[in-house]
Amino acid sequence: MSLAETASRRLLMKGNEAICLGAIAAGCRFYYGYPITPQNDIPEYMSAHLPPIGGTFLQAESEVATINFILGTAASGKRVMTSSSGPGISLMQEGLSYMAGSELPAVIVNISRSGPGLGGIAPSQGDYLQAVKCGGHGGYKMPVLAPHSVQEMYSLTMLAFDLADKYRTPAMILGDAIVGQMKEPFEAVPYVPTVPLDKPWALTGCAGRHRQNVKSLYLKDNAIEVHNWKLHRKYLQMQAEEVRFEEYHLEGAKIAIVAFGTAARVSKTAIQWARKEGIAAGMLRPVTVFPFPAAQVDAVAKRGDVVLVIEMNTGQMLEDVRVSTTCHDKIRFLGKPCAMPTPEEIHREIRKLAGRAE
Amino acid sequence: MKTETRERFTKQAFARPKSLVDVKTHFCPGCHHGIAHRIVAEAIDLYGLREKTIGVACVGCSVFLYDYIDVDVAEAPHGRAPAVATGVKRAQPDKFVFTYQGDGDLAAIGTSEVVHAANRGENITVIFVNNTTYGMTGGQMAPTTMLGQKTSTSPYGRDFRKDGYPIKMAELLATLEGTAYSARVATSTPAQIRKAKEAVRKAFDMQLKEMGFSIVEFLSTCPTNWGMKPVDAQKRVSGEMSEYFPLGVYKERKQADFL
Ligand SMILES: Cc1ncc(C[n+]2csc(CCOP(=O)(O)OP(=O)(O)O)c2C)c(N)n1
Ligand code: SF4
Ligand SMILES: [Mg+2]
Repeated sequence: MSLAETASRRLLMKGNEAICLGAIAAGCRFYYGYPITPQNDIPEYMSAHLPPIGGTFLQAESEVATINFILGTAASGKRVMTSSSGPGISLMQEGLSYMAGSELPAVIVNISRSGPGLGGIAPSQGDYLQAVKCGGHGGYKMPVLAPHSVQEMYSLTMLAFDLADKYRTPAMILGDAIVGQMKEPFEAVPYVPTVPLDKPWALTGCAGRHRQNVKSLYLKDNAIEVHNWKLHRKYLQMQAEEVRFEEYHLEGAKIAIVAFGTAARVSKTAIQWARKEGIAAGMLRPVTVFPFPAAQVDAVAKRGDVVLVIEMNTGQMLEDVRVSTTCHDKIRFLGKPCAMPTPEEIHREIRKLAGRAE
Repeated sequence: MKTETRERFTKQAFARPKSLVDVKTHFCPGCHHGIAHRIVAEAIDLYGLREKTIGVACVGCSVFLYDYIDVDVAEAPHGRAPAVATGVKRAQPDKFVFTYQGDGDLAAIGTSEVVHAANRGENITVIFVNNTTYGMTGGQMAPTTMLGQKTSTSPYGRDFRKDGYPIKMAELLATLEGTAYSARVATSTPAQIRKAKEAVRKAFDMQLKEMGFSIVEFLSTCPTNWGMKPVDAQKRVSGEMSEYFPLGVYKERKQADFL
């Protein structure tokens, strides 16, 4: 599939496949992975579609190997992606920490499931904390994008590649079984790079230049401290420049839902029903969950009566909402750890909070 | 003496390989990591590979590979060098890619990565330095530790009933179809060093001819953690270590064959 072929076409595809299309459009020609539900459509798609365009698909012996294949290809200066779910993402954490420390860009897709342990494969948002708080050792961060539609599975994947390159960091797409498996039409817009694509730091053999290395070990003097502050400044810059969110019917909203991904998608229906009944409900939807739209959460909390956090877990993003605002008494939570909340359930909760009869 | 006469009588017989950086090493006296480094650098020079090589360093005493060998180097997490090398080689098949790993790194935590890289016939070269212990972390027991050998975590000596047997990686990897070349060498005598150079050249050649995975296991010393003088450490390699880990070529593919 050539770039021209994918240019601005209206397509009907699964979310997981849209991720592949977005990656290929963004110039990703390397994919490595290991099977795990509910993301198998991604390696399956890549194994069929990368070789004909000169790309490389390789199935690894484990997610530990996968993330280190990724590290090697990223160090070579190529755009590269993997995908997995809960337990597999856990196995990648050491490698992700090395990549953060070595400043290597790549895109990691987590079509998450419920945990802990083997957990369940039903739609869940069980990996929020692992994704945004630093799942591996050493205290790094990475951009984490939370798509809530097939369109976003496509376009946020392209953005993830740009953010990864801009900051020389791994970047994550945090999805779930619903956005991964559902089919809906989307616009496959052409990829327009927002960052320079050359990588002078890549390890390509030292022809015509001094040797270079990719590493995270800094033993001499206080080089490790200097390096840690350098990484920290990148995370501050992400917080200043990369916060992305959607405001949905927030005008005059007294009840402001804060939800991401599938939970936000379902909330939209409930909000429409509530608005028809004259209830001033709206939603702030974080599109980047790191960096988190903290200032925006604080603003809606100050303006409204209630901040209703809805997640497919027992309250993970809830922690970020709490630290974003001092209006703690306005925060409520609706959680479903191992399933999608229905629009009816959310609607009922909104009505209750608005003081309407059952 | 006039210059021409001096040149005539002092033909240079021994020089630093171009790819070996001129710095003081951090290795302990009597450690053979330095010899292995030099042999690798010589082979890089021999094939003119300096500008097209990417090395992958492991976690262990040889983690500073990039300070010594004058080529691009990536650092891999402990044990994962063959996986990192896979990612490099798949992205840049025209480059020369090697890993340099210790025995804790390759034969314990990284067993899965090296076995599967070999089994895929990954066209990379592995330099494996077996000193029967975890040198960097202070001489703990490794899977390669000899029976009866006392280490900081086998203070009563390694007992096969508890810890099993020293693992023979050169033999094990030679059984895999994807392995093109597997040999075990030592660097305790000039004769052994000559054979080691030959083995490394062969292993490099395999990769250049795209024959598949190649590995050279070096029986090496760790006088510091063995609690031995360098000379005694050298004797141990030629003695009990070579008896249990026989030197030799375990596999050598003659032509690129496909099953
Ligand atoms: C995941 C992980 N576990 C443990 C360590 C600690 N560690 C560093 S080096 C090393 C062993 C090195 O031994 P070996 O590979 O034999 O190399 P040598 O130092 O003997 O050359 C260990 C266990 C680590 N860095 N990472
Ligand atoms: S600790 Fe052992 S392996 Fe490490 S440098 Fe010293 S002698 Fe060599
Ligand atoms: Mg060792």
